[in-house]
Amino acid sequence: MGCNSSIQYEDRKSEKAIKAAVLIQNWYRGYKSRLELRRRQAMNIFESIEYADEQDQLQLANFFSFMLENYTTNNKDSSESLSQLFVNTTKRKLEPETFIRNINVPDTYYGPRLKFPLTFSDVILLIDAFKENQILHARYVLQLLQEVKKVLQQLPNIVPVTSTLSKDLTICGDIHGKLDDLFLIFYKNGLPSGNNRYIFNGDFVDRGQNSMEVLMVLFSFLLVYPSDVYLNRGNHEDYLMNMRYGFTKEIMQKYKEHGGKILRFLEEVYTWLPIGTIIDEKILVIHGGIAENTDLNILKQIKRNKMKSVLMPPITHSGVNLKYGHHDLPLSSISAIDQLSKIEWEQMVNILWSDPRSKKGCHLNTSRGGGCYFGPDVTTNVLDKFALKMIIRSHECKPEGYDICHDGKIITVFSASNYYEEGSNRGAYIKLGQDNVPRFFQYQSNHITQGKTLHERVDIVESAAFKILGERMISRQSSLIKAFHKYDPNNTGKISVRDWAKATEEVLELSLPWLSLCPRVVKMIENGYVLYEMGFKDMPVVKAPQEAKSATIETLVRYRSDLKIIFNIIDRDQSGLISMDEFRAMWKLFSSHYNIDIEDAHVDQLANSMDLNKDGSIDFNEFLTAFDVVHRLDRNSVKSQN
Amino acid sequence: MADDKDSGEMRLQEIQKKIKDAFEVFDHESNDTVDVREIGTIIRSLGCCPSEGELHDLIAEVEEEEPTGYIRLEKFLPMMVKVLLERRYRPIPEDLLLQAFEVLDSAKEGFLTKEELVKYMTEEGEPFTQEEMEEMLSAALDPETNTIQYRDYLAMMVIDEN
Repeated sequence: MGCNSSIQYEDRKSEKAIKAAVLIQNWYRGYKSRLELRRRQAMNIFESIEYADEQDQLQLANFFSFMLENYTTNNKDSSESLSQLFVNTTKRKLEPETFIRNINVPDTYYGPRLKFPLTFSDVILLIDAFKENQILHARYVLQLLQEVKKVLQQLPNIVPVTSTLSKDLTICGDIHGKLDDLFLIFYKNGLPSGNNRYIFNGDFVDRGQNSMEVLMVLFSFLLVYPSDVYLNRGNHEDYLMNMRYGFTKEIMQKYKEHGGKILRFLEEVYTWLPIGTIIDEKILVIHGGIAENTDLNILKQIKRNKMKSVLMPPITHSGVNLKYGHHDLPLSSISAIDQLSKIEWEQMVNILWSDPRSKKGCHLNTSRGGGCYFGPDVTTNVLDKFALKMIIRSHECKPEGYDICHDGKIITVFSASNYYEEGSNRGAYIKLGQDNVPRFFQYQSNHITQGKTLHERVDIVESAAFKILGERMISRQSSLIKAFHKYDPNNTGKISVRDWAKATEEVLELSLPWLSLCPRVVKMIENGYVLYEMGFKDMPVVKAPQEAKSATIETLVRYRSDLKIIFNIIDRDQSGLISMDEFRAMWKLFSSHYNIDIEDAHVDQLANSMDLNKDGSIDFNEFLTAFDVVHRLDRNSVKSQN
Repeated sequence: MADDKDSGEMRLQEIQKKIKDAFEVFDHESNDTVDVREIGTIIRSLGCCPSEGELHDLIAEVEEEEPTGYIRLEKFLPMMVKVLLERRYRPIPEDLLLQAFEVLDSAKEGFLTKEELVKYMTEEGEPFTQEEMEEMLSAALDPETNTIQYRDYLAMMVIDEN
């Protein structure tokens, strides 16, 4: 009797407890979901701005083609400098080995001193040094790059890999200079070795703070285990992309004296990276994706090192009589020898830039401005055509670090956790097991957010997203105001939120949920009307010289990265200075191609008044930095975009 | 009468917009579909608190006859509008939550030990994944005492949400 009722009581009690547990779990999951929504919204903002930037690249590439195809023979000066420019980028002489060996490493240098051929213990030394935040001396960097080039040159475009039971095979995606992620992968999965093979699928550099160190570690492992470490080229293994996305800046900051040499070497080394790997003739590993006309046979036999940069597509000359001054080779013959054909070029761009989508068919990748969107039917066709089972690719940041689509035939792996901001996403790597079935491993490195709650982490990601959105808006402010005015013919100073959203999307060309974003972005809304003249919330300020007109400021903020690239190309000896003549000539071409409505004389005046004229030269980094964007909330006074 | 109808219209429009906005966040290809695995997050982010079991039922309602792994806005919208208009799966009021914690607090000490909470959350009801558990603990656990002071925790969460 007594036993029975106590059991009943226990049952009732545990029933209550279960109900209570469910209640709490339920509530918590709701809370988590609301945070997840905010995090995803922030990711969407980051993503659309990232892709919009990539679109700008297409414009820049067009500009280069325009520059190279349209100079006139009348203007001998500009033709000389432009042809020199082209010669420069295709035939820059690299330092001979003897010169590099003679670079002196001072006694005060306490970093690792590498001896070639590299051994495993050298790499360990290197890793330990990097963990201590040491910088490898330029001489060893250059020597390493030299050796790596030799190894890469021996490799075919698509490197075959045979899986074996005794050796593990791990595939990593984009790392983007995140050394802590690379070390985390090694910690979880072991260092590369004869029994622990790795494929790194491109985008080792740019965006993160340690692109150099990541590259050095990967390259050293390649030298020590050339048959067990595979490096594929990504769209960021591109010297012009590096100018835009941070690696060039990192190099110039870490290597003041020899930075230029390192950059030139890198240009070369990148072009020798293989396009992809193929496992057991069944699994293709490439960085971006495919297009409907992707042809492995073409890809296998092109001269891959001719692809210098996605921003310099092959140019065609329409038989203009070219004056080439005192150069040895006429421009037209340089073009023929050193360029890929248009078809070959497209094949490579598609491999490096395409993204899978659920929509059928193959469409131009308008977000990125390069490569295609390819549907499941394209995947099926290409896989069947070349008797492949699946494609492992990277290139897109995924919240969980990996993604599977097209019925399991396309796998995305992305290894840079916290890519946009701390807390934005996980990283992952793939291990291929028996029968080449992939297993996924995830992680998220987190020293800033360690100890922070989910809520705090989401706050961080969100405010970072709105920060860059603000930067974007301010660089297009006058266009925005113009667009708002169109919807406000009676000049009342207000427009409906709906019209505001329409105008903003038109001008910024970012497809974001502007209706919902509106209250977070504008200062004043009244009864469903935006008082657009009151400006935006938390807008960053542009610090600029007083003489500068607002239109000039906006242009220089908006086209910062492009201008930087252009200047860098003109600056042959990487001194940071170009002549005022070159500056003027370039500005003229730039403003006409980009349809910029600023008097050339004004820009000239500005450069002069800013006293950047040093012996008839202009320090273009200083020039651009003078128009930096500063966030009011930043404690540091300078926050420069790259 | 007319006013009621208008405000009813407006309310419907507002609800539809809210749903579409949340849906859009997960509609990566801008083609009015989302991965079925995200539906739970979307529904919950709209302020509803269905249990896992109830969630499965809702998904079954909006899935295609031959499940494709994707849910279309076309099907999701009317279902979700109904859920919101009928005020189903309302969020749990604070006092009820407090009571739930008190039920688990068998010793009636005003706090739960870490072990107690973990045991309930990961073994009973609709168990948490390890990740969910860790996340909850990161905010709920008082590291000095290794306990969950649930009154304080709830108070903080309420502020957080608003």
